[in-house]
Amino acid sequence: MTSAVSFKQVSRHFGSVRAVDAVDLEIAPGEFFAMLGPSGSGKTTCLRLIAGFEQPTAGSISIFGERAEGVPPYRRNVNTVFQDYALFPHLNVLDNVAYGLMVKGVGKASRLKAAEEALSLVRLPGYGARRPGQLSGGQRQRVALARALVNQPKVLLLDEPLGALDLKLRENMQEELKSLQKALGITFVFVTHDQGEALSMADRVAVFNDGRIMQVGTPEDIYQRPNTRFVADFVGSSNVLPPDFVQRYSGQHRWGSLRPESIRVSSATSGDGVAARLVGTNYLGATTRLAFDAEGLRLHAVVPAGTALPAEGGAVMLTFNRDSLHLMDEPA
Amino acid sequence: MRSDRGQRAPLGLKIAAACGLLFLHLPILLIFVYAFTTEEKSFVWPPPGLTTQWFAVTWNRPDVWDALSLSVRVAAISTAIALVLGTLCAAAVSQTRFFGREAISLLVILPIALPGIITGIALRSAFSLADIPFSFWTIVLGHATFCVVVVYNNAVARFRRTSGSMIEASMDLGADGFQTFRHVVLPNIATALLAGGMLAFALSFDEVIVTTFTAGQQQTVPIWMLEELIRPRQRPVTNVVAMVVVLVTLLPILFAYYLTRDGDQIAGSGK
Repeated sequence: MTSAVSFKQVSRHFGSVRAVDAVDLEIAPGEFFAMLGPSGSGKTTCLRLIAGFEQPTAGSISIFGERAEGVPPYRRNVNTVFQDYALFPHLNVLDNVAYGLMVKGVGKASRLKAAEEALSLVRLPGYGARRPGQLSGGQRQRVALARALVNQPKVLLLDEPLGALDLKLRENMQEELKSLQKALGITFVFVTHDQGEALSMADRVAVFNDGRIMQVGTPEDIYQRPNTRFVADFVGSSNVLPPDFVQRYSGQHRWGSLRPESIRVSSATSGDGVAARLVGTNYLGATTRLAFDAEGLRLHAVVPAGTALPAEGGAVMLTFNRDSLHLMDEPA
Repeated sequence: MRSDRGQRAPLGLKIAAACGLLFLHLPILLIFVYAFTTEEKSFVWPPPGLTTQWFAVTWNRPDVWDALSLSVRVAAISTAIALVLGTLCAAAVSQTRFFGREAISLLVILPIALPGIITGIALRSAFSLADIPFSFWTIVLGHATFCVVVVYNNAVARFRRTSGSMIEASMDLGADGFQTFRHVVLPNIATALLAGGMLAFALSFDEVIVTTFTAGQQQTVPIWMLEELIRPRQRPVTNVVAMVVVLVTLLPILFAYYLTRDGDQIAGSGK
């Protein structure tokens, strides 16, 4: 099966800056794919390489088996939802949505009909006559989505699509995007720096750092079995354990990771476990996040709200299941 | 006035304001009055009589028509050149980053910052060095130098307020460079270009200094007026032409002012 998007040793350098460095990537057709990483990690450049706004310095990109290097954005069957939506202020909503069909020469009646259908798809029927300036942020986002989808792209690119929305709207849009993607069966590639968003929406996630992909996998893979210290730390803030520490519990001299929620806290002062001192508590609503100091090693644990807690500075014993200690591939 | 909650200004302030406005505009009204005077050798106050004969006389003077037509053609062509070059330059400076970008924006503005006489002398010596005879085109070239600035300034301000991703969005939706310019860029900068173009036209229409250095024996309207004042003959004809010039330049400037004022809402609504 041909991949929807395929990167082979793709690099994009800006002078001495390696924004994207020798990246290999295969995105399957119909997949909801997330590119996750901190700012400046190369994820947005990768998106712009797929859209055609950037050309690779080296390597090859293909979209559904067709070579993409040198093909301008307007000849790619790929559409983008921009971070700032980039709606055209001089056109009303309907003409905005119909723009792609208009420049392709589709007749007025049929393109406006298609645009109206796309607006119903994003649940904004009847908003066609308004100007983008009269819409709220969430509505503009939907218009941008409709404007991209009306062209029936093979791949839809979303650049931090929910970044500008408030929390409530963001949660609604997450569900809606996901069900839209399922219904349409279009390959979605979206860029985000929010690990929660990536984990909850995507079928697979690629974690970027310094222009390289650190790990590609299902959200569960990435979360439960990070392969490097960076992934463990960036995705859900795992405890990264140094090789010496790991050796005591697993017998192997390797870097390990331990999810904060798999640590149990007991106030016993002796017995099996890691002796530690509570140095900070962070109330998060449903859970409480605790910071411990274990002989110089900083460990975090997440416990359900309402758990009896020792006083700050108090000595505790931390225990965890051996199975939940994950050994990483990164060399010690 | 609106800010001090309907309080009335003191009488002294009102009188001062009225005097200021009169000082600025009374001389212009005088020019209009002299267009109707019966005395043709010199300007005497009060006018000994009023007549409209000078309008007919002006209409029948071929030198007036020559000067007017030259001025209109020069202003139109200079404005057209300025619209193309100014827009291209503004687009380059605001949409891309390249070595010497700041220097270019400074160099473009320089002709209007420099005294006109410097531009005039520089152009004249350049023309004589290159053995270019004075013609319609040398005037156009001189005027284009400062017309470009006006268009550039208007266009660059509008480009700055236009989101750069809009052009990418247009390309992304399948529009090539030409379609993007036609359907996205042009509608967004149109009012700025119209305003810049009108200002450029008005500037060119009454320009004297650069024109004296680049015109040779040809007479644009302002140059023709200067000559008329030196060699008095049917003096009120100058005043009739002056009235026309005031109207020709004032109306576009007013129009341009209203366009750029409304333009704020057009350009800002997309954000």
